[in-house]
Amino acid sequence: MLNRASTYLYHRPRLALALLLGPPMIYMVVVYLGALFNLLIYSFYYLEEFTGLIVREFTLSTYAQLFEPANLDIFKRTTVMAAAVTVADALIAFPLSYYTAKFASPRMKTWLVIAITIPLWSSYLVRVYAWKLILAQEGILSWFINLLHLDGVLSWLLSFESIGGSSLALSPIGLFIVFVYIWLPYMILPILTSLERVPKSLLEASGDLGAKPLQTFRTVILPLAFPGVVAGSIFTFSLTLGDFIAPIALGNSKFFIGMAVYSYQGTAGNIPLAAAMTMGPIVIMIVYLLIARRLGAFDAL
Amino acid sequence: MSNSPTPAIRFNQVSRYFGDVKAVDQVNLEVRDGEFFSMLGPSGSGKTTCLRMIAGFDRPTSGQIFLYGQDVSSLPPYERDVNTVFQDYALFPHMNVADNIAYGLMVKKVNKSERMRRADEMLELVRLTGFGKRKPSQLSGGQRQRVALARALVNHPKVLLLDEPLGALDLKLRQQMQVELKSIQQRVGITFIFVTHDQEEALTMSDRIAVFNEGKISQVGTPAEIYERPASPFVAGFVGTSNLIGGEVAKRLTGSDKMFSIRPEKIHLGNVNSQPEAGMVSLDGAVRDVVYLGLFTRYLVETEGGIDLMVVEQNLKTTSMDVLSVKGQKVRLFWHKDHINPVGG
Amino acid sequence: MRSNSFGPKASWGLKLAALGGLLFLHVPILIIFLYTLTPDETTYTFPLPGITFKWFGIALQREDLWRALTLSLKVAAVATIAALILGTLAAAAVYRSNFFGREAISFLLILPIALPGIVTGIALRTALGGFDIPFSFWTIVIGHATFCVVVVYNNVLARFRRMQGSQIEASMDLGANSFQTFRYVIFPNIATALLAGGMLAFALSFDEVIVTTFTAGQDTTLPIWIFSQLTRPRDRPVTNVVAMFVMLITFVPIFLAQRLSAQSSDTEGETK
Repeated sequence: MLNRASTYLYHRPRLALALLLGPPMIYMVVVYLGALFNLLIYSFYYLEEFTGLIVREFTLSTYAQLFEPANLDIFKRTTVMAAAVTVADALIAFPLSYYTAKFASPRMKTWLVIAITIPLWSSYLVRVYAWKLILAQEGILSWFINLLHLDGVLSWLLSFESIGGSSLALSPIGLFIVFVYIWLPYMILPILTSLERVPKSLLEASGDLGAKPLQTFRTVILPLAFPGVVAGSIFTFSLTLGDFIAPIALGNSKFFIGMAVYSYQGTAGNIPLAAAMTMGPIVIMIVYLLIARRLGAFDAL
Repeated sequence: MSNSPTPAIRFNQVSRYFGDVKAVDQVNLEVRDGEFFSMLGPSGSGKTTCLRMIAGFDRPTSGQIFLYGQDVSSLPPYERDVNTVFQDYALFPHMNVADNIAYGLMVKKVNKSERMRRADEMLELVRLTGFGKRKPSQLSGGQRQRVALARALVNHPKVLLLDEPLGALDLKLRQQMQVELKSIQQRVGITFIFVTHDQEEALTMSDRIAVFNEGKISQVGTPAEIYERPASPFVAGFVGTSNLIGGEVAKRLTGSDKMFSIRPEKIHLGNVNSQPEAGMVSLDGAVRDVVYLGLFTRYLVETEGGIDLMVVEQNLKTTSMDVLSVKGQKVRLFWHKDHINPVGG
Repeated sequence: MRSNSFGPKASWGLKLAALGGLLFLHVPILIIFLYTLTPDETTYTFPLPGITFKWFGIALQREDLWRALTLSLKVAAVATIAALILGTLAAAAVYRSNFFGREAISFLLILPIALPGIVTGIALRTALGGFDIPFSFWTIVIGHATFCVVVVYNNVLARFRRMQGSQIEASMDLGANSFQTFRYVIFPNIATALLAGGMLAFALSFDEVIVTTFTAGQDTTLPIWIFSQLTRPRDRPVTNVVAMFVMLITFVPIFLAQRLSAQSSDTEGETK
């Protein structure tokens, strides 16, 4: 029986391929792409203000709403935040990746890789929650700052209009720290991968040719690790753009894209506006991916 | 060799195209029952594609392949009575040696005790008795090679295909395996089709050889035929070393300006004053280079027509001092007319 | 004198920075563990006013937690099974044939994790709403499967590519049909990749919250429960215990999956 079926398929390689590919593709195309496409269509509908009902007629008015100052502010704030988080993550990730890739003993390296990978997969929500404890007014970070008598510095920082707030947890600074923390592993791993591909002999050659360590670092290691940084930034940037859990969890009062989308579709019931707004991060990410591919980041993924 | 009228393998106008590339182009071929047949050619010449089509991993774009008279062109590999020894051995890493060998029997639902008995038999044939419980990763390259052979032979296939099986072994082991393969083939009496790019290997082991070039067969024949009477400049150059002579010089020597080949060892180096014996031809030149190789010496002679000829002479009486002193001297080359081999083209 | 410093020694500055990064990654989690012992019910006071173990017992008694946990486990199990089947099929298809659009398939599978989760979430929600499909256990599973498939797919495809290609041909050559070849050769070869991919998919689904908030309706998974506590803290000490529990329960499969992947690449190195 099975032999006959097997032979039947041997003579029809296209059918065999279709049988393999069919279920996953039907699922991904119908469920996932279908839903995305549906969302795109909704972004061209609009919400009737008085009735609160969605009018299924083609319009660009919903997109026009995105360009209202309040929404532009949200885009600007979120993009700046995503960029800042990306830069901070790259700065923190680099030394750890560099040490792991080039200096750790093999045994040590195995453990370091595990220590870096586990946070990547482990509960994102719990990792946000940890910072709710840490950033709390009566929590460990405030205690520590008081211990070091830095509370003056902190309140000075918080007094700034754009980054400050009533407390650390509620300020953009607090949110920034949380984002840097939760997306850090996504930056470390690609950098690690790209650094591992730099052969040690290359570093030795550079040293041999008379380069000082710092020169070698600047002229050899950084350029070679750069695709890794770009690859990592795809994640840190994209994840920050769309996140709404961290701002909500911390109780941040300023809107970010994710939060805005969440509340437009939830409490306001304005699905068209929410849909149009998600097109923002999608477009930003597509542009970002195109640039990243130019920079050779896809090899480091 | 038996005189069975049905060939073991017959190709009828077989072609295999990959897009625009004609990997195999209108090949006709017969492999006789029980012979050790080699497919020889450089990489990309189509020999491996032919092998893969016999095994069933690839199907002809057009034409038919017959296995003992039966058209197998479109049968899947598991319905052909043909087994393969792979270049990378392709042993199953998760099974021990005995299970690897018995795999073909297992999928045919032969019972366990019979399977193990025959696996042991095969291990003995390839001189690996007692290795049954090991994992492939615990074996050396040569041992893996033998296991791959045993695994392919356990099913008693009508034809055994070997895809450059010795390529990964070092020289000593390779020579040893060549002898052993040949003796195993004679013992089991199965038709072997052996793919290789190594002309020496093909000459040593084969009953007959097919020389492949650019998707076509240039020549089929016994090792001696292939070596002594290469049918084309390609064969002359690919199998062993050959001097090719054409144009004016050829016309003077043979009466025709058609190109011919002459093997370096057939040429004798002589004094400029000596005259050719009956049936010999001669050509004058100057020795440009001498390489002393112990068993023999290789001379590069620049001849009148501006053609460089390679000459090899055994070091019967000479020493390295003698031969090296020849460099730069004028010489006269002689060879027998019978050794002149027209290559057409 | 050494002309270059790229010996086995790293500078102190680098070591310190690396250590700092490592601590930054892990210390916050330990702080949760610490807080499971606090007797303080209404604030996150530090230093802890005392030490108590009673919250573990109280958490155990909570019906709502057990329900959320059971739901999360069920969803993760079903989503993982779906991902294993779909991911393996897709990997096999991409591996065995060189058809037009292979790249597109990889790209399509990776989209759900490359795009922000909120996009997947709101897209599914809108589609469900548009077609009047009621929220249920299955709508959660469908959401989770979209991003779990790629995890299995990546793991299995990587294993296929490291597998000696001729093994499949060898099996067929020795008389095994496609199904026998899958059972005796392909499956044993990819088994650990399936296990690793499956465990990662399970961990991913078990603590997913973003897509779930859009597809769960009234059902509460464990992460949804935690999320509600984050916005409106009512049971702070119990949340600490749950957070620690989630961390530990996902740690095991992630750790095992890491070890499995590392081991299989080690042994393959030996056979070469």
